[in-house]
Amino acid sequence: MKDIKPAILLFIIFSVICGGIYPAVVTGVAYALFPKQAAGSFITDKAGKEIGSTLIGQPFSGAKYFWPRPSATADFGYNSMASGGSNSGPTNPAYLQAVGDRVKALRDTGVTGLVPADLVQASANGLDPHITPESAGLQVDRVAKARGISGDLVMKVVEQATEGRQLGFLGEPRVNVLVLNLELDRL
Amino acid sequence: MNTYEWLQTILFFVVLLALVKPLGSFMAKVFQGDRTFLSPVLVPCEKLIYRISGVKPDDEMGWQRYAGSMLLFNLMLFVGLFVMLMTQHLLPLNPQKVPAFTWQLALNTAVSFTTNTNWQAYVGEQAVSYFTQMVGLAVHNFVSAATGIAIVIAVIRGFVRRKTSLLGNFWVDMTRCTLYILLPISIIFSLVLVSQGVIQNFSAYKTVPLIQSTNYDKPKLDDKGAALKDAKGTPVTENVIVKEVQIPMGPVASQEAIKELGTNGGGFFNANSAHPFENPTPLSNFIEILLILLIPGALTYTFGVMVGNTRQGWMLLGVMLFILIGAFGVMQWAEVSGNPLVAKLGIQSINMEGKEVRNGLAGSNLFAVATTGTSCGAVNTMHDSLTPIGGMIPLSLILLGEIIFGGVGSGLYTMLAFAIIAVFVSGLMIGRTPEYLGKKIEVREMWMSILAILTAGVTVLILSGIAMITPQAVASMANPGAHGLSEVLYAVASMANNNGSAFAGLNANVNFYNLFGSLAMTVGRYVPAIAVLAMAGSLAEKKYVPPSLGTLPTDKAPFAIWLTLVILIVGALTFFPALALGPIVEHLTMLGGN
Repeated sequence: MKDIKPAILLFIIFSVICGGIYPAVVTGVAYALFPKQAAGSFITDKAGKEIGSTLIGQPFSGAKYFWPRPSATADFGYNSMASGGSNSGPTNPAYLQAVGDRVKALRDTGVTGLVPADLVQASANGLDPHITPESAGLQVDRVAKARGISGDLVMKVVEQATEGRQLGFLGEPRVNVLVLNLELDRL
Repeated sequence: MNTYEWLQTILFFVVLLALVKPLGSFMAKVFQGDRTFLSPVLVPCEKLIYRISGVKPDDEMGWQRYAGSMLLFNLMLFVGLFVMLMTQHLLPLNPQKVPAFTWQLALNTAVSFTTNTNWQAYVGEQAVSYFTQMVGLAVHNFVSAATGIAIVIAVIRGFVRRKTSLLGNFWVDMTRCTLYILLPISIIFSLVLVSQGVIQNFSAYKTVPLIQSTNYDKPKLDDKGAALKDAKGTPVTENVIVKEVQIPMGPVASQEAIKELGTNGGGFFNANSAHPFENPTPLSNFIEILLILLIPGALTYTFGVMVGNTRQGWMLLGVMLFILIGAFGVMQWAEVSGNPLVAKLGIQSINMEGKEVRNGLAGSNLFAVATTGTSCGAVNTMHDSLTPIGGMIPLSLILLGEIIFGGVGSGLYTMLAFAIIAVFVSGLMIGRTPEYLGKKIEVREMWMSILAILTAGVTVLILSGIAMITPQAVASMANPGAHGLSEVLYAVASMANNNGSAFAGLNANVNFYNLFGSLAMTVGRYVPAIAVLAMAGSLAEKKYVPPSLGTLPTDKAPFAIWLTLVILIVGALTFFPALALGPIVEHLTMLGGN
């Protein structure tokens, strides 16, 4: 059949164009225009060593750190080699138990009133770097006490790590937990 | 919805609608062979490609040869990817030294990417080399999308042409689609995505120290890799302290753009568009949703231009928009209302399980309806964790047959089959001759339309039935009760309709889903595609019937309303029983508090 030749050759040609030339061009231009983003938005220490990415959350559970959202990644929370959510259904008893336990852990630190949903419900990727400003606000007293510094000072750092809606209206306001905790350690 | 959510949702649809006409008329020019602003650069490339591959651009094909070429090309795609997945450990660009796929998983994945489904039963960051991502999966993202668009263009020609058996040349349509449409848009938007933080590199995975170390209980394994158990039968574990983590890298942006643009949906990482390296900001989220709906929306205008009456296209787009916005409204309501079982624990009553803070509820829900109304299947939200009604919306959009915008090309040709059914049924009811776009609708067109519409639905019902009596399929459920049924129904529906998203708790990497799923994806893709091409073949041979007093005008609002009803009635009749046993029972259980 005369159409076998184009089938094979076009497959090869498009593998070269779309699988070789296209990603190579995009990589080249991306590195020229946005080198930091293309590499992974890494935060570096004074020696220039990468100590984390602003886009990838890390696990924190100590009283002196702000806690991120619960993470359901395999083995341990915020395992960046296994992104994913809990996939728990809304009526799953094990899920309701887990959320209840998280609420209790927060209450034990003196949190009262309505708990923001994001602080006790796991994120989609298990690596969500953000919490809502409300969730950060609930933790200010605990962190200030554990560090022996004033709540106002902690609140000021929280405000610095808060991003507003993008372009003024897109998405939700949010606090980057890793950036916030690094700033606190630097105080 | 708060003011900002209204604002971003309204702005989204304004931007989308503003792009329909420019892109739609550009695509019409490309497929009619007219000059465009890209011609000076791309015509020489196009000619060179034809010369190397031995394609004669003027050699037009009848429907059988058009379908045959399409199938041959897709067979090549399948074989190429299958071989690559089985040998990726021997190929270059594999800094993580990932091993080969098992044959069952390779079969499923190769079928999945060839059929534009992008169902993924593997974890991207652990199982796939950069070479496979780029030269395998990304290439399929382009050409499987181009395949779908080429088919719909041939079908439109069937309506337009008179007394001929020729529908165009598959190789030319596919090549032009990739060169003029998919590649330029992908280049621009992959760079925009990089500016937002989507990564694009070939580095090995980075290891970073944790500021606060963490720990977990790791199950101990014996020599054979099975879990060790003590005398009482409880698994033996050891506590492992984690002081550093690996962060995966890769050429993500170039794949991300075409993943959305070609309604493919296969994520570079397991978390798909929820992963911060795939979708880092609210703006990247906005752009990704836009890319998903862009081509399917604009194709309705291309259709209008080609049939010589753009109102025909706007009418179809109106039907799609109406259902999509309705679906978004219901889903937004369900997710904002949240889960009373969770609220009882003293928590703010919105559902944030499986969602990202930066996207918020509106940005998550809009993505979910866009990705399931089209056959994209990328996700920025874990659909398994939606509230019962919130989760029923994506499931229902898939079950309607991927026509609410639908897959690139495939959405429009299935929608045209629905339009033919609507014309026919209304003809029966009011005694008018069934005609659509100046072509008489006869027995053959009806058969082919029914085949195009019902194939996926019948496949879904039969396979989910089989799944329910297969122990392996049932054991894969992650959640108990009615929700487990929803997981299985969603998986089968997603594969048969070439969507690719999942209620991802389901353990899909088992023989049942790998093998039956491959079958469902193949049947769901090619039976409708061949049916509509056969229909186009017979339509092209017919003479033009000028509209008369007895013709039902298909470019006016009453027909749009009628078409919407036909779509909803067919969907409800086919799937209501299954939905009643899954999400609806779960919703009632949730409200009942147990």
